[in-house]
Amino acid sequence: MKALLQKLLMLVPTVLGITIVAFGLIRLVPGDPIEVMMGERRLDPEAHAALVKQLGLDQPLPVQYLDYLGKLLQGDLGRSMVSKAPVSEEFAALFPATIELAFMALFLAVVMGLLLGMAAALKRGTLLDQGVMGLATVGYSMPVFWWGLLLIMTFSVNLGWTPVSGRVAIEYEVQRVTGFMLIDAAMHPEPGAWWSAVRHLLLPGIVLGTASMAVVARMTRSSMLEVLREDYIRTARAKGLPMTRIVGVHALRNALIPVLTVIGLQMGGLLAGAVLTETIFSWPGIGKWMIDAIARRDYPVVQAGILMTALTFIAVNLLVDLLNGIVNPRLRAGGH
Amino acid sequence: MNSPFQEFWQGFKANRGAFIALLVFAALVLAAVFAPWLAPYDPIQQHRAHLLAPPVWMDGGSWQFVFGTDELGRDLLSRLLHGGRASLGLGLAAVVLSLVPGVLLGLLAAFYARSLGPVVMRVMDILLALPSLLLAICVITVLGPGLVNTVLAIAIGALPGFVRLTRAAALTELPKEYVTASRVAGAGTLRLMLVTVLPNCMAPLIVNASLGFSSAILAAAGLGFLGLGVQAPLPEWGTMLSSARDYIQRASWVVTLPGLTILTAVLSINLMGDGLRDALDPKLKRVH
Repeated sequence: MKALLQKLLMLVPTVLGITIVAFGLIRLVPGDPIEVMMGERRLDPEAHAALVKQLGLDQPLPVQYLDYLGKLLQGDLGRSMVSKAPVSEEFAALFPATIELAFMALFLAVVMGLLLGMAAALKRGTLLDQGVMGLATVGYSMPVFWWGLLLIMTFSVNLGWTPVSGRVAIEYEVQRVTGFMLIDAAMHPEPGAWWSAVRHLLLPGIVLGTASMAVVARMTRSSMLEVLREDYIRTARAKGLPMTRIVGVHALRNALIPVLTVIGLQMGGLLAGAVLTETIFSWPGIGKWMIDAIARRDYPVVQAGILMTALTFIAVNLLVDLLNGIVNPRLRAGGH
Repeated sequence: MNSPFQEFWQGFKANRGAFIALLVFAALVLAAVFAPWLAPYDPIQQHRAHLLAPPVWMDGGSWQFVFGTDELGRDLLSRLLHGGRASLGLGLAAVVLSLVPGVLLGLLAAFYARSLGPVVMRVMDILLALPSLLLAICVITVLGPGLVNTVLAIAIGALPGFVRLTRAAALTELPKEYVTASRVAGAGTLRLMLVTVLPNCMAPLIVNASLGFSSAILAAAGLGFLGLGVQAPLPEWGTMLSSARDYIQRASWVVTLPGLTILTAVLSINLMGDGLRDALDPKLKRVH
């Protein structure tokens, strides 16, 4: 508990720094802030003065920042210049789509990465090992956006197996309950709805997860190789335990520790990669929302998107840190 | 007795993948450098009579446009060759612009571990909390898109890695006896930093710089794809793909060729990076 508080306290300067970056972003954009925020040129001077007063822009910067921070704590992220709707509402509507996509990618990356990495470690030096490691290097070097286009070209356009874009076929009219399509579609009376949601999620998930899968596979392999050399594995073997039990129970548990850290680091890549993946697949999530907002010069949306993505990333890393403590008792004592 | 470089070169050459990657990469660099002489056409010249002409190995292709043309009738081979100048140049510039300040900040953070160190590291933590592509988007939102701004955006994103690495390496070197000896002999802080300590921190920095180079190329291409990077009509590999999505069905080569070029460049740099790491750091070699 004390360790948790300590970790939370350590995050305070980082989180404050992020809010300063987000606060500064709108003010650093060249041009008059009112015109930037309203998206209008040559506002009449009276309306301009009224807006300056209303938005508190006549106040000194530190006061403006504190005001921004105060609103933030109340969940007020400002209003979109284009839709005029509160940014927080738009964010809440789109956020589950990004999380669903990132989780799908992470799930595929971890399952496939662990299996491939373990197989490569156990068959070290064979053709299988070389093949897996070669694929991992290619996967790691793959440009996300091109990989997405290739898969769309092959599976959606040429073979017609998967849909090109969106989250579920329109004909199902899925009711929004949680915002997570896999859950919402599962509640739909027709079983086809859930299947449709899965098919929509599959390609974007693979595209986004490929680089992480490569990293997890490489990490699992090297971590597994190191663990397999340890004395307690030899002991387990000498006792006559079956190989599946040695690998599945003894080796895997210890090999997982560095892998878990890598997975946490991958979340940053996933959140960034989501921007590209969502753009390619027209996936209605935070990444596409931000890119569209930049094109429309809708700065409050860009500001909120960057702030919330960074906060999500920080929260995920904290979670991984805590999970690490559970898996690895040596880290639990508090000292590093 | 072999010189350290010869020893390194022996180790590097023994890694077949890294050696082939070096040859491929050298070919790409040469192609980019000599693009104006190699390219059959001007990369922005539009051949209106040949819109989306297929490459020579496909039905209807001709030797006139070996790699075919894009939707505006521009020769793809010429664009790829010239695009290499932008993409590889962008990557190199971004690495240099993050490496030099990163190393300096890292050294300062290590040498002044009590005063300056914590401040520098907190700022780096903030930068690290933003995934690099998002940080680049931030910078471009403020500065606007373009070649120079893309370089700056990517360099800022790569900065924390170099700062952390340099600081960590310098902190392990600082307590060692040769540093103390040099200090006692009267070396100033600047000399201690750059002449005494820095050369001994180079191995991880070189490896990180090579990986940073490939991720900078990927990031530049990604920004170009999003329309936030190098602006048309200037050829750049990522920007070439941004309009390609509309032609997936009709002209697959517009999609496949630029992407394949990016993959080749990034893959060869990553393989070289692996070779560098193995050759420079024997400790890591045993595991892999």
